[in-house]
Amino acid sequence: MSKELEKGMSVIVKTVTRLTVGLILLYGIYILSHGHLSPGGGFAGGVIIALSFVHLMLAYGKETALKKLPKQATSFFESMGALMFLSIALLGFMGGHFFLNFISKGKPFNLFSAGIIPLCNIAISLKVGAGLFAIFIALVLLKFDSEKKR
Amino acid sequence: MIELYILLMFMIVGAIVAVEVEDLLSCVIAVGAVGLALSMAFLVLKAPDLAITQLVVEVLCLIILIQATLKKDLPFSTTGRWALNTLITVGFIIVFLLSAMKCFKDLPEFGYPIMKLAEEYTRSGLTQTGATNMVSSIILDYRAYDTLGEATILFTAVIGVLAIVRRIGRKRPGETIKEEDE
Amino acid sequence: MNIYLLCLVLFCIGLYCVLRKRNIIKIIVGLIIAEYAVNLFFVLVGYRMEGRAPIFSPDATIANMVDELPQALVLTSIVIGLATTALLVAIAMRIYQKYGTFDITKIKELKG
Repeated sequence: MSKELEKGMSVIVKTVTRLTVGLILLYGIYILSHGHLSPGGGFAGGVIIALSFVHLMLAYGKETALKKLPKQATSFFESMGALMFLSIALLGFMGGHFFLNFISKGKPFNLFSAGIIPLCNIAISLKVGAGLFAIFIALVLLKFDSEKKR
Repeated sequence: MIELYILLMFMIVGAIVAVEVEDLLSCVIAVGAVGLALSMAFLVLKAPDLAITQLVVEVLCLIILIQATLKKDLPFSTTGRWALNTLITVGFIIVFLLSAMKCFKDLPEFGYPIMKLAEEYTRSGLTQTGATNMVSSIILDYRAYDTLGEATILFTAVIGVLAIVRRIGRKRPGETIKEEDE
Repeated sequence: MNIYLLCLVLFCIGLYCVLRKRNIIKIIVGLIIAEYAVNLFFVLVGYRMEGRAPIFSPDATIANMVDELPQALVLTSIVIGLATTALLVAIAMRIYQKYGTFDITKIKELKG
């Protein structure tokens, strides 16, 4: 099972994955960026982005997926998401209180409206997506360890 | 409201199947069915944000569970004292349900909530935040501390998983550390 | 009131599975079912008959929206539930690696 997982699945699965992985990533970015206009938001968008990388890994094996998004990049993105969220909160501090909504509100139903909410959505999605992908990579590597010892 | 009752009955039947079946893979698939019915129930209850999030989170949860249970199953066997344990558990559940039925008289009737704070948020949400999705404006503007706490919880969970998975042990003399996991 | 009772029956099924089963994966499945039931209960409390989803549209009236405060809390709770499940599965896989079984009655060595 470990050899098969390293080389990936059959040809049909690989061809379909090559067609749909980019679309899944684009769908995740769409749900994330329209989070203040229609249902969705940072959490759902981040999980969909993580699912696109997990899909790539299940179909092609872990070598290809780790080449697309190496481990150092994953940990960098997660820390960057958390720091971005905190710095947006602290910038509001200068205007009055913590988490003040200080960018101009704009007209409703535009894409660039609602103050800091789109920026917070991007920070949350980076953190959630990279974190869940790191959890999945760690669990898959542990499985290999337990089978190799036998 | 009949579709809500049908979805709840489906969830209860799926949960009973997941609890009683012996094969681990079938058990995990039954939990997947329960999660899918829950996502449809969120749609019927007019909560589209929650339906999207529940669907994708449940898919990821299934993938993680199947990774853990592949080809590892347990032959079914029970030791003694199972009659006393089952009796105590069922007795406790009956007491819990009876006391819950007494507490339900204090809750508002189903379909007519009190909504004292939500009226405030709905009335001034669009002008004060500028976002048209009310749930987003609550979790990222009115109650942003909770989102900060949730980001911290996710960070702690990732650190916890990486700490468990890492190969532990001191370096014995003469052994080199190969780069095998995190 | 009937629908609240059905939701609590789902919670009790998950609770029974945590208390009575010997396989670690079954215990994790019971916790997942109990968590689904609690999330559903929160959203059920905040439902209004003939309500609308809490999203404005250009021709909207404010009146008659579903209560959106429980929905915001449950959104956070769903993602936290996933993190908890992933941690439990990591612990379960570690236990299998060390003891060779998922049976909780055979894990008796509480060493440091």
